[in-house]
Amino acid sequence: MSVPMSLLALLDEGPNFGLRLKQEFEWRTGGIWPLNVGQVYTSLDRLEREGLVRPADSGEERQRVYEITPAGQERLAAWFERPVDRSPGRDQLVLKLVMAVRHPGLDPSGVIQAERRGAVEVLQEYTRLKRDPLEDDLGWAFLVDSLIFQAEARVRWLDACEARLVKARGGRTGGPRAGGEPTSGDRGAEADDAREEAVR
Amino acid sequence: MTTLELARVTKRFGSGHLEVDALTDVSMGVQPGELVAVMGPSGSGKTTLLSLAGGLDTASEGTVRVEGVDLSSLGARELARLRRRRIGYVFQQLNLIEGLTAGENVSLPLELDGVVTRSARGAALEALALMEMAELVDRFPEELSGGEQQRVAIARAVVGERILLLADEPTGALDSVTGESVLRLLRGHCDRGGAGVLVTHDARFAAWADRVVFLRDGRIADETRAPEGPESLLAQTARR
Repeated sequence: MSVPMSLLALLDEGPNFGLRLKQEFEWRTGGIWPLNVGQVYTSLDRLEREGLVRPADSGEERQRVYEITPAGQERLAAWFERPVDRSPGRDQLVLKLVMAVRHPGLDPSGVIQAERRGAVEVLQEYTRLKRDPLEDDLGWAFLVDSLIFQAEARVRWLDACEARLVKARGGRTGGPRAGGEPTSGDRGAEADDAREEAVR
Repeated sequence: MTTLELARVTKRFGSGHLEVDALTDVSMGVQPGELVAVMGPSGSGKTTLLSLAGGLDTASEGTVRVEGVDLSSLGARELARLRRRRIGYVFQQLNLIEGLTAGENVSLPLELDGVVTRSARGAALEALALMEMAELVDRFPEELSGGEQQRVAIARAVVGERILLLADEPTGALDSVTGESVLRLLRGHCDRGGAGVLVTHDARFAAWADRVVFLRDGRIADETRAPEGPESLLAQTARR
């Protein structure tokens, strides 16, 4: 639901057409939520059917320009007011560790460390985005902070898993060397999460 | 020249059946311009590694070199001089002297090293300016916020010609935004050609480093390989 609502937010700033909306959306989200034009027009069609947007009289013949309706403004205000739906989604990392911990002959601590390394590498990359001060573009700063805190949460969760594992083993850690590669590159997982969120 | 090099370093505490290896066969190097973070759970050997790197303790086996000088080859006075002149320390406990101003706290190590007061104060002001603290040079520690005190401690650690900065949980007591500004300062020291080792349990702060080393039970268990170039996430997401 977040993509249609974002389009509604952009239209609340003024009438616009599909390609521009796609470009503005991608610019504001730093390119981490790529949209195709088809997706934008499908969303606009749906918003139009619900009476939240309507075609605007723009004098432009080749491009269909949309504007937000009063019902759309009401829906948008409600979106900003209410907490977003955060129902737990499928997380491939959680699934992997749940499987690893019972898998015969596998040391889960190696899996945990490989994932931790992957998550810290992703964090290092996000942190590079912060080397230049971000205060001049608050939306971008919010986005980068969000990516960083999500990756950090992943590392903290992995630390907690390891601590539980060590406790369950009576204080012994596993083999020192990490086994395996991170789940399709943590970067891939982040992108997957972002795409799933976009679809929702 | 490698600024800091640990070659097959082991540190043993106790003896007989109470003997414990705090670090085992650890090798790592830190180059000029490089910030390396060391992460690991409590008791993994992080602080021991930092103490050995800074010449505050001696290795049971192996070699610790700072700018090519084997620390075990130095006498007590030479080691003390090297520590004063080339190595800076930042701890969670800041150890600022209450009766001295920010400027005096920063210039003190230079003055103890025989630098004349006028030059030492000049160097202190320069270091404080790098920390954006020049206007607070005459304040006493109690007149400064936690974040400002930490900046003074970092200025003291980098004042003069100190090249190797060793930081042990320097963001421990600070809030998220102030902690980040401390990391910016450590990063800045390395970007100007210094070298740094940052011990932290916080991945968000470790991520400011060029490389993150993971310690487990006194051994290096793993380290990050930060990708560079067009395949990096930075290139995909950066829009300016």
